[in-house]
This record gives sequence, structure tokens and C-alpha cells, in this order.
Amino acid sequence: MSAVLEVRGLSKSFGGIQAVSNVDFSVAKGELLAFIGPNGAGKTTCFNMLMGQLRPSGGDVFLNGEKITGMQPRKVWRKGVGRTFQITGTYQSMTVIENVQMAIISHNKRLFSIKPYATHLYREQAMSLLELVGMPDQAERACSILAYGDLKRLELAIALSHAPSLLLMDEPTAGMAPSERIALMELTAKIVADKGISVLFTEHDMDVVFGHSHRIMVLNRGELIAEGSADMIRNNPMVQQVYLGGGSVFNNEQQSDQSHA
Amino acid sequence: MKGLKQFVLAAVTTTASMVGFVGSANAADPILIGEINHYKRMAAFAEPYKNGIELGLEQINAAGGVIGRPLEFIYRDDQGKPGEAIKIAEELVSREGVAMITGTILSNVGLAISSFAAEKKVVYLASEPLADALVWEAGNDYTFRLRTSTYMQAAMLAEEAAKTDAVTYATIAPNYAYGKDAVAAFKKALLALRPDVEFVTEQWPALFKIDAGAEAQAIERAKPDAIYNVTFGGDLAKFVREGTTRGLFDGRAVYGLLTGEPEYLEPLADEAPEGWTVTGYPWYDLNDDANKAFVDAYLARYDTHPKIGSLVGFMTAQSIAAALEKAGSTETEALRQAFVGLEVSTPVGDIVYREQDHQSTMGAFVGTTALRDGGGVMVDWTYKAGADYLPSDEEVARLRPVSK
Amino acid sequence: MGLFIAQLLTGLANAATLFLVASGLSLIFGVTRIVNFAHGSFYMLGAFVGYSLMQVLPGAIGFWASVLLAGIIVGIIGLIVEVLVLRPVYKAPELFQLVATFGVILVIQDLALLVWGATDLLGPRAPGLKGVIRIMGEPVPKYDIALIVLTPFVLFALWYLIARTRVGILVRAATQDREMVAALGVNQSWLFTGVFFLGATLAGLGGAIQLPKGGADLLMDFNILAAIFVVVVIGGMGSLPGAYIAAVLISVLNVFGVSYLPQSTLVLMFVVMAVVLIIRPYGLLGREEVAGEHGQVGEPDRPIKPAGTVARVLVALLLLALFALPLAGSHYLVVLATDIIIFCLFAASLHFLLGLGGLVSFGHAAYFGGGAYVAALFVTHANTPMELAFLLAPLGAGFAALIIGWLCLRLTGVYFAMLTLALAQLLWSLVFQWDEFTGGDDGLVNIWPSEWLSDANTYLYLTIIVGVGGIILLRHIAHSPFGYALRASRDSQRQAEATGIDTKKIQLMAFTIAGVLAGVAGALFVFSKGSIFPNELEIAKSFDALIVVFLGGVKTLSGGVVGAASLELTKDYLTRFEYWRLVLGLLIIAVVILAPRGIVGSLRVLFERVRGASK
Repeated sequence: MSAVLEVRGLSKSFGGIQAVSNVDFSVAKGELLAFIGPNGAGKTTCFNMLMGQLRPSGGDVFLNGEKITGMQPRKVWRKGVGRTFQITGTYQSMTVIENVQMAIISHNKRLFSIKPYATHLYREQAMSLLELVGMPDQAERACSILAYGDLKRLELAIALSHAPSLLLMDEPTAGMAPSERIALMELTAKIVADKGISVLFTEHDMDVVFGHSHRIMVLNRGELIAEGSADMIRNNPMVQQVYLGGGSVFNNEQQSDQSHA
Repeated sequence: MKGLKQFVLAAVTTTASMVGFVGSANAADPILIGEINHYKRMAAFAEPYKNGIELGLEQINAAGGVIGRPLEFIYRDDQGKPGEAIKIAEELVSREGVAMITGTILSNVGLAISSFAAEKKVVYLASEPLADALVWEAGNDYTFRLRTSTYMQAAMLAEEAAKTDAVTYATIAPNYAYGKDAVAAFKKALLALRPDVEFVTEQWPALFKIDAGAEAQAIERAKPDAIYNVTFGGDLAKFVREGTTRGLFDGRAVYGLLTGEPEYLEPLADEAPEGWTVTGYPWYDLNDDANKAFVDAYLARYDTHPKIGSLVGFMTAQSIAAALEKAGSTETEALRQAFVGLEVSTPVGDIVYREQDHQSTMGAFVGTTALRDGGGVMVDWTYKAGADYLPSDEEVARLRPVSK
Repeated sequence: MGLFIAQLLTGLANAATLFLVASGLSLIFGVTRIVNFAHGSFYMLGAFVGYSLMQVLPGAIGFWASVLLAGIIVGIIGLIVEVLVLRPVYKAPELFQLVATFGVILVIQDLALLVWGATDLLGPRAPGLKGVIRIMGEPVPKYDIALIVLTPFVLFALWYLIARTRVGILVRAATQDREMVAALGVNQSWLFTGVFFLGATLAGLGGAIQLPKGGADLLMDFNILAAIFVVVVIGGMGSLPGAYIAAVLISVLNVFGVSYLPQSTLVLMFVVMAVVLIIRPYGLLGREEVAGEHGQVGEPDRPIKPAGTVARVLVALLLLALFALPLAGSHYLVVLATDIIIFCLFAASLHFLLGLGGLVSFGHAAYFGGGAYVAALFVTHANTPMELAFLLAPLGAGFAALIIGWLCLRLTGVYFAMLTLALAQLLWSLVFQWDEFTGGDDGLVNIWPSEWLSDANTYLYLTIIVGVGGIILLRHIAHSPFGYALRASRDSQRQAEATGIDTKKIQLMAFTIAGVLAGVAGALFVFSKGSIFPNELEIAKSFDALIVVFLGGVKTLSGGVVGAASLELTKDYLTRFEYWRLVLGLLIIAVVILAPRGIVGSLRVLFERVRGASK
């Protein structure tokens, strides 16, 4: 399996503080890679560097073999990377389907067209994406009145709109009810499997992490301290140390995880 | 939408009524004149002016009106905006059917109406605006100007200045067209009389935003023998106060354009500067029949005394009545021709609207400021006829574009 | 050396008034987010009230008591304004309140004229402080010294109030996070009222304290407005020390400008503001604005829809009616319609920026007047045929918009707005000052259309085709992918950037389009009036457009046009009466209170309610 994303020596310092230091990893095609660590470990910083919202202090990022280090977000997106955010950022003044259409219009490079009507463009394509995330019946609703969980799903649809090879999801289930979380991740896993997309995601909910990732990386204080399968991570003493005697945490999670499986 | 509908209705009715009247102009129907001014923005100047017009109209109509019809003005506020003034001019001409247009204090509004007048072939009497361009660079066949222009008044002061042995001058004028014209005219006239004179500093405060302390310091720094002042209104008050406080005027001759006009001198009250040579309007000391008659009539009619604007307003009404009488009709072409070379008897004597540039020969009072009864007045004044302070005919011909 | 120090002292003394008035504005903005255009009116009232009190109260004690009382009385007037006019509209879209404050300006102008008359009043001198003190041989007025000494005390008192008292802590907290304060159970509306009272008091004090250096007149309100906004922005919105430093900076620079660069008096402060904002986007001591994710308060915009059949038929009928207008036989009606369509296009171009792009331009007249000047300059200096000049106008305006937009788009929110204002003002002063080329304020005259267009009816047809065409074009663009991308950039810049949208480029393009169309309106204007003057580039002109966009409804597609047409028609009617400003001001306030979503937005809601009820 060739790596879709390859990260070498990624570092970031803010002033004198080293937020991320020398992180190496890669994401294989079709892989669901979870990125965990306590608050302030540097996950979001890493994400922002991958997507171009932040410029790394050092290191390189390769996408399908092409160097994308420090590229602006919109250019990284054009290379085939989709992203969802911890706090959703949809277009409040548009309908649900128009939010998706907007991304497809952008992908087709028709942003500077001044020919009406945008609302008729790529409707079917947008609708099939909405069907994919299970919200076709909400297509014509104003985005501003959506429930939070629906916004998250909408963001997923938007992120998928240009058939990305890699999806970056920052806390995809944050703020959702537990049942919704599982549903969303199952949906994601299914889509990813169908389309052969790789996913890198951060997550607080260990249920989600252990239940839906192929591989897990643990970041602490900006350093990668462990990497491997769910079992390997659970039993890694360093990880347990980081999660403050987190054995019990993991065990609980393990149980609930198994109850799903 | 409803507003528009009402307007259409109103317009249709008005038009219908106008059509009905055409051709049968009733002898008793008043002759209408459109008066456009900045009644709100320059209320302090526009009100005495309007009173002057009204007084003039009362006298004219009491004497039987003009060509057998009463004379009436329609007053409209343009908010001091040239574009708005043009719109109102269009309305006055097309909807109210005015015989001609007059008014404005601000030069730029005057220039806008003047251009409109030439294009739409309407007679315009620029009553108060002072810009020289109105009759020269931007002059046209349809525009006439009553008031003593910037150039004329500056030339009168320059003549006085030339008599002294002052050599270095400072000027202070608001930073806009009138200020610049006034300084340029004074410099030109003075240098023609006294080539040895030197202008050591020119100060240009923003209109009505003067930083008087700083201006006084800047002039003091240049140590001039004399100062030429063009500031007016609130700027003048602040300049006089700061200058007096800081001793700027001590031992210096000061020449003030318009400073002696009651509009500007009165607000200064007991702080009015003493010993400045100024142009203005000493209504309080006028003894000759014509001037006194006007002042008395004004005092009798209104609770207050006339200002220079009142005089100009009165003379505006007189000029228009005279032109109508001479033309014998309200037709534009007849009226236009009547204004050319029109002679009018006014409180300040007979004036003529010159053929060569349509400027009237109204003059100005030049005198020295002094304090009397806790207020500023002009003393030792003389009335200078406007005709003596205009450039030669050749120069006027050179300045004025070929008939347009 | 003596002169240098004397000049420095003059500058410091001048800073006193500026600081007092500006600090009030800064406080009000910081806490309530209201851009209070009426602040200049409070300053003017302070001067008039102070003047009247000083006529009654004798001596030095009387003088200073008058200053204080004037401040308090104006503060109470401010309080009344806040409770009656602003409180009902806090929930309206951001900046909507500025329309209300504009109405207040008009009302106060006419009331002041009614009460104090038209004549300028010369301020009384401060008893005991009439003379000068010689410092190194240079005369320095005693009153200047008093002001210089007094101002830091005021600054300190304000600082103490804000930094050390409970009220102050709330005010500071509210400046930074309004929702948080509300969540803590503080009665927000009384906090706002209190701050408004304080702000108005400071403005009133400023007006009264400058009396010995000037006086009271009816133009004071607008004359100080630009300067205090400049001070607040340079200092950093909401920062009192910043306002003090900026007031001193501007005043001192101005004094030296007067001496060493006398022609600079018009532009100096705007140059300083532009430079400061380009180097420090949030002013000297300001913080980055914490804008919400969506940048706007109030209910979010609704999705837009292509016009339905009914709307299309209505527009077609309106167009038909416009074309048939000359048949009504009234020349004036034709002229009025021409004027209104031109203003509607101008307003629509701003609305495009403001409504769709969320880009609040305070200097939109630059492109309207700029376009008009481009055409007029070509006609005047190059004898360009009218048709060609007409085409060059929007190009020139668009070019200006491109450059100004590029400079301003580094900033956001109110700072963006202020930089557009500063740069527009620079353009204005260029036109105003460069009289050999632009005619200065005597303008450019005799810019009439070609023979075939000289008839008013024909010109109306041209205006309909180009003007209404422009409005429809803008509407089309709103529905196009570009229009959507513009709204996307406003709704969530992060999301837009993360889905391939170059938001700055989109916004710059929108700025340019708006500039081009404002330029078209300017070209139509100049040839309909035959002349152009700098006032078409002025702040007041920009505000006219701003007001109608909000009045019509910023969150609707047709708000700008409807607002423009309504206001122009109303004005045309009202200006025939003597106290028209009073009536217009009250009318605007009434509309603001009754229709906080703007005319179109509120009518839409009303219509939906009626329809909902009948169902």
C-alpha cells in the first residue's frame, strides 16, 4: 500500500514553546487513522499544518508523493484533501444543498462565473452527497436552523464533494449525543470503505477511536509517543501514563467497545 | 410605490393645470421667480437675505408690480448641494413655470446653476456667490452676477494696503476656492501697485475647522509687517480671539475681506478687532437718502437691522423687477437681453450689469474697524464703486470664453 | 525652541476637546457596538447648552459649573435618546443602529436651530484665564494651560472608573464579551444606557469646554465627526488611553502641519489614520476584534431565491411605467425619476458589498464621485466625446476600487470600514486641493451629454437602460456562483478557504464590481447635472448610501434599491417645508423602530405573518 499522506519531521513552535516536535507518520490508502492525545497535545496544530492553516516551523508534508508543506488551505483542498472542523463552519445564509453545491462549484472552478443561477448548478451531484450522509429530506432547509448533529453530517458531505483522496476530520463527533457519534462514525467508515478514501481524524471519545480506527497515533506534548493497533495502544504503558492511570478509562471503553462489536 | 403614484397624480394635475393656463396668462397672475438657496446649511446668511428680498417685493408690488403683474419668489432649500440645486432648478422651471432663477451663497452651487442655465437656456441671476469664475472663466450668456465679486473687494483692500510702507505680508484664507481666489486676487492687485511687496507665508486652514492657535503661531513665526485675512464666520472669531490673546495683531496692519460685514463682525461683539482695514456694510452710519431709506424701511419692517445679505436680497428683487420691466415680458430671450447693460437704481446708487461680463457694478464699503458700545463697527469708511475695480475690458475679454 | 514648545502646548490644548468627545464615542462603541453618528450632535448641544448656562451663571465658579452642567444635561439627552430610540433596535443587524443615530442628527440640527437661532455664538471666555503666560518668550494662553492640565485628570478619572470600580469592570467585560456579561446576570440594557449617558456627557463636556476657544454654531456636529472617528480608530476602538494618545498625536501633528505644510490641513489626519491602520490594523492600543464565526449579530440571512413570476411581472410593469413616464407630461417627473434611478444604482452597488459580502464600506462615494470625475476630467481636459467618457467613468472607478479594496481588505469589521473612509477622504482632498486639474470645490462645469441625449426624456431612457440594467445585473450576480462565493466568504471564511475559495480575491473582485457600478451611477449623474463638485465624494454622500441600504433592509436583496427610492421621494417632498430635517429625522427614527429589519425585511415578515394567520 502506497502512502496517501506522508509526514516527516513536522514541527511547530509558537514563540519559545514547542507545540509539535518532529512528528513522522503516514496514512495508507483506505486507512482510518486516529490521532489522539490529551488536550493541548498538539493535534489541532498538526491538523492545521497539514491543511495549510498554519505554516510548519520545520518538516515536510507529502500528499501522494507531492510536497504540500505550507500550501494555503484552498490549494491543499484542490490537491484532494477534504476537511471537517471541530466547530462547524457552514454557510448560514444558504440552504443545506447550496452548501454542498458551493463546494462542487468551487471544485469545478466556476467561482468567478457571474451567470445565474448557482442554485441550479450540480444539484443532482449535491443531492447524491446528501443522500450519502442521510439528509436528502433536509436539502431545502435553511442551514441556520439545522441541529448540530446535522451540521456535522453536512460538513462531511461538503468535505466529500470533490472526491478527496484524504479526509481530515477534527473532532468529528464533538458536541454530539453518544448515539449520534456512533452513527456518524459508522457512516464515515462505510463511505471511506466504498470510495477508498483515507481518513485522519482526531477524537476525544475513545469509543469512537477504538471502535472505528484501523490504527491509532498518540500525541503528547507535541511528540508522537505511540502508534499501532487499538490493542497495542491500550496496553502501551506510556499511553496509560499520559492518560493518568487511564487503564480504567480504557477498560471501560474496551467494554463498551466490545458491546458494540 | 404609493409615493410614486401620488407623484404621478400630482404631476399630471399640475401639468394639466399649467396647460390650461398657457396662452391666457391672466393679468393678475404673479410672475414667479425661482430662488434656490442653502436656507438650512447657511441659515445665518440666508435669512437676512430672504428678508431683503421680501422687503423689496413688498415695495415693488405695492407700487403695482411689474408689467402689470405682481412679482413673487418661490424659495427652495438645496441643502448646499449643487446636484440638488440642479434638480430644484429643473422643477422650478418646468413645473412652477418660473420666469428665471436666482439665489445661492456658495460659489460652487452658483457655478452649477450657471452651467445649467446656459444649457437649458434659463436666465440666472447669481445674487450672492462671489466666485470670479461665474462671470469670467465659466461665464455664459445666461448668467448675471449682482454682488461685488471677490476680485473687486480684494482689489479695494489692495489699494489701501499699497498706501502703507508694509513690505512683508502673511495671508490666511480658508482652504477652498473662495479663499484661494481671494488671496490670488489680492496678491495680483497689490503686486501691480507695489512690486516690492513680499508674501512671506500663506496659511490655509480648513473651512470651519480652523486650528486658530496654530495658525496664529505660524503667522507669528513669519514676522510679517501686515496680514491679509479671508477667514470668516466661526473661523474668524477663533482667529481673532487667539490672535488677540497672543498679541499677533499688535503693531501690524491687518486687511480683512468681508470682515466688516455685520454677518461676521457682530458675533465678535466686544472682541471685534480694532484698526483692521475691511470691506463691509456700515448700515448704522449711512446718511444718504437711498441707503438710509432702505435701512429705515428694513428696521421698520423687521425687528432687526439689515445685514449685507439683506441689501443684496433687496437689490436682487430690484434688479429682477427692472429687467422684467425693461423686457416687457417674461420670455427668456427678452429677459436675457434686458439684463445686458441693465441699469438699476439701488440703495447704494445706480448699478449697471456690464455688457462685457454680466457683472454688476455694485461696489463695497471700505473702512476701519473700531469698537462702539461693546460691538464692532466700521469707521472712516467710503463707498467704492465697483466699476473702478474691475480689470480692463481686454483682460475681461481674454478671461471670458467666446459666447456660449 | 520657545516656539517649538509653544506649538507643542497648542497641540496638547487642542487635544483636550478632541479627547473628551472621542473617548465618549469610543466607550459607546466598545460596549454597545453602536457607531454613533449623533456623537457630533451631542458635542454641539454641549456647546449651546454651555453657552446658555454661562449667560446666567456668573464668575469663575459659574463658568466651570456651566461646563459640568452642560455635560450632565447632554448626558441626560443622550440617555433619553438611548432609551427611546436605540433600545428598541439592539437586536437589529449590526450597524443598523447607525441609521437611528442619523435620524437623531437631523432632529437635533433643527431643534438647535429653533432654540438658539442661526447666528454663530461666540463662546464666553473663562473668567480668570483670559491672558497669556510667557514661556521662553512665547505667549501661551492661560486657558490652554488649564486644558492641558485638566485632560490627564479626566483621563485618569475615566481610567479609574473603568479599571477600579465594579461598573467599570462590567463595562470592560462587556467590551470584550457581551454575551458573557449577559450570562452573568447583569442587566445589559441598563449597562448600555449608563454607558450612553457617560459617552454623551463626555461629548457635552467637550462641547462646553471648547467655548472659550471658539463658540457654538450649527455646523459643529458634522465638523467634528470625522476627526473623532479618526481619533477613536487610531487609538483603537474602545481604548481610552489610545484615544488620548491619538488625540494628542493628531492635534500636535496638526499644529506643526499648519506651520510647515499649510496646505495639509484637509488631509493630514486621514493620512495618519491610513498609515496607522496599514501598519497596525487595530489602531495603536486596540485589540483584534473578536468577531463571531459568522461575523454578524441578529438573525442570519435567509437563503435567497430567484425572483418568482409575480415579482418578475411587477418589475416588468415598473419598467414599463418608467418608460411611459414621459407621457405623463411632466418634465420634472422625468428629472426626478432620473435622479432616483441613479441614486438607486449607487445604493444597490453598496448593498451588493454590504449585504452579500458583509463588507461595510464607509467610503463608497469615492467610486460614485470618482467615476463622475473621471468622465468630467476627460471631457474638460481631453475634449473626449461624452459616449467615450461615459465608458471610461466606470473603468476609472473600478480601478480606484481595486486599489482601495486591496489596501483595505487586510482589515476586517469596523477597522475595514474606517480605512475605506480614510482612503475615500484622501481621494476627496486630492480632488478638492488640486484645483488646476479638478477645479477644486468650484468643480467642473459644462459636462453635458451629447446632442442626441440632451433631451431629458431620452436621458431618462438611457438612465433606465443603464441604471436599472445595472441593478438587475447586480441581482443576477447575487444569484451567480460568484455571488454565492461572496456570501460564503462572509458566512464562514474558514470553511470557504478550506473548500478552495480564495476569499480575499472574491472580496476584492466584489469590491471592484461595486466600484464599477457606483462609477456607472456617477457617470449617469454627471451628465444629468452637467457639473460635478467634490461634495459628491464626501463622507456625507457615502453615509447617504449607507443609510438607505440599512433603511431598506441589509439582509434582503432589494433593500438598497427600495430604501434609496423611498428616501429620495420622501426628501423630495419634505424639503419643501421649513423644518424638513426635523420631520425627516423623526420619520427615519420611526421607521427604524417599527421596522428593525429594514423596510423590505419587515414588510416580508409582516406579509408572512398575515399569510400565516390566514392559513
